[in-house]
Amino acid sequence: MRVAASTTVQAPIEQVWAFVSDPGRVLGFMSGVTRWEVAGERPTGLGARYRILLRIGAAEIGGVIEVVEWQQPYDMAWTSVTGIDQRGRWRLRSLSRDRTKVELRMAYGVAGAGLWGWLAEQVAAPAVARHLRRTLAQLRRMIEQEQLRGSAASRRTATPASSP
Amino acid sequence: MASSGSVTARSPNGRVDGDGAAATPRRGSLIRRLVSELAGQVERRIPRGDLDERDPDYIRERLPLMWLLASIWFRGEVRGLGNIPDSGPVLLVGNHSGGNMTPDTILFTLAFSTFFGVERRFYQLAHNLVLAMPWLAPLRKFGTVAASPSNASEALDSGAALLVYPGGDYEVHRPSWLRNKVDFGGRKGFIRLAIEKHVPIVPVVSIGGQETALFLTRGEGLARLLWLDRLFRLKVLPISLALPWGVNVGDMLGHIPLPAKLTVETLPAIDLRGEFGPDPDVDEVYDHLTRVMQETLDALASERRLPVLG
Repeated sequence: MRVAASTTVQAPIEQVWAFVSDPGRVLGFMSGVTRWEVAGERPTGLGARYRILLRIGAAEIGGVIEVVEWQQPYDMAWTSVTGIDQRGRWRLRSLSRDRTKVELRMAYGVAGAGLWGWLAEQVAAPAVARHLRRTLAQLRRMIEQEQLRGSAASRRTATPASSP
Repeated sequence: MASSGSVTARSPNGRVDGDGAAATPRRGSLIRRLVSELAGQVERRIPRGDLDERDPDYIRERLPLMWLLASIWFRGEVRGLGNIPDSGPVLLVGNHSGGNMTPDTILFTLAFSTFFGVERRFYQLAHNLVLAMPWLAPLRKFGTVAASPSNASEALDSGAALLVYPGGDYEVHRPSWLRNKVDFGGRKGFIRLAIEKHVPIVPVVSIGGQETALFLTRGEGLARLLWLDRLFRLKVLPISLALPWGVNVGDMLGHIPLPAKLTVETLPAIDLRGEFGPDPDVDEVYDHLTRVMQETLDALASERRLPVLG
């Protein structure tokens, strides 16, 4: 089952990338995620591994994932090493200097689980989609608030300098 | 159920000698031989505890079905799995509910397997009779082994997490009006095991399982009358009202559990020597553990408004 959601953030692509690629910030905006720990020696970049858990229904589901694609600041994709089969992707595209289209995709399933696996994927899909939409909404809010704080700080530092 | 070995050891009580043998020695002797033979037959049907029968791929492929059951039917919720040490042997001690369908075990096995991954070794001790039933053979692939001190010891030696229900058949068939009571029946073998193996105990408290049917009585007297203890190590012959049978005696064929909301809470690990000294007193540990679990069960019960609905 593949689920995707997208949004547009009022911020430069580099700033969005800084958020989505930082494992220390993930818990702040990823909805339903209860664990996102660095599991290897590399904290970021190609080959970085994370132990993640996502609460869906009665269980926290996840495992170890590995970053298999890293094209800064456009694409980051991961695939599961252990746990439920899953692939995910952050896809960022610059719409203008201060606007970025952000897409989050996730594909998941259990190979060999047959009919029950298919049914579980269908039943879980709305919850997963809801988590993706909330994740993007929280990401947008965090980035745009940081933008506003940054702008306000710039104005405050600019004002005394311009006054006589 | 880890303590079932000690329970069995004290169960021969001379009742047969007193009632049967005194009146008609030859008949009593014949009955004793028949009982012994039948018990031997049952014992031979119980598969040896082979830890290698656990099959991670099999478990993984069954997770979706378990997830559907736990999420939709039981609206399950599992808290505090982070309290279980990330690696190494650990003794998970739970209160047991829900009759022979043991919905709390289904939920916890799902939660443990998705949280730590099916790659982490995880075994559960079950009553011998459960494993003797041919239609329950797949349980062995989940890591279910017969409750015996040797199986428990072997599992912990292998570095696995081991789930035990000390209350066993006694607790799982308690009447529904005692649903919010932790009752291990005084079984303490699991504590001696944890001390001997130097492993922490993690209490696992569940609620809701005893609302999946109306459990009326354990039927201990009936079980004694029918010699079920001697034959099958069964201390109970429960009577309940359950789907689809109506009156359900013994629960041997299971039942359709009502969709009661299940909640499981895992408590912080107890380091026995750290908390009770270099030579922990078994009774003291038992009292502490059952008190902590009862307090948690009381707190979980206070969150519920209605039976079944939760």
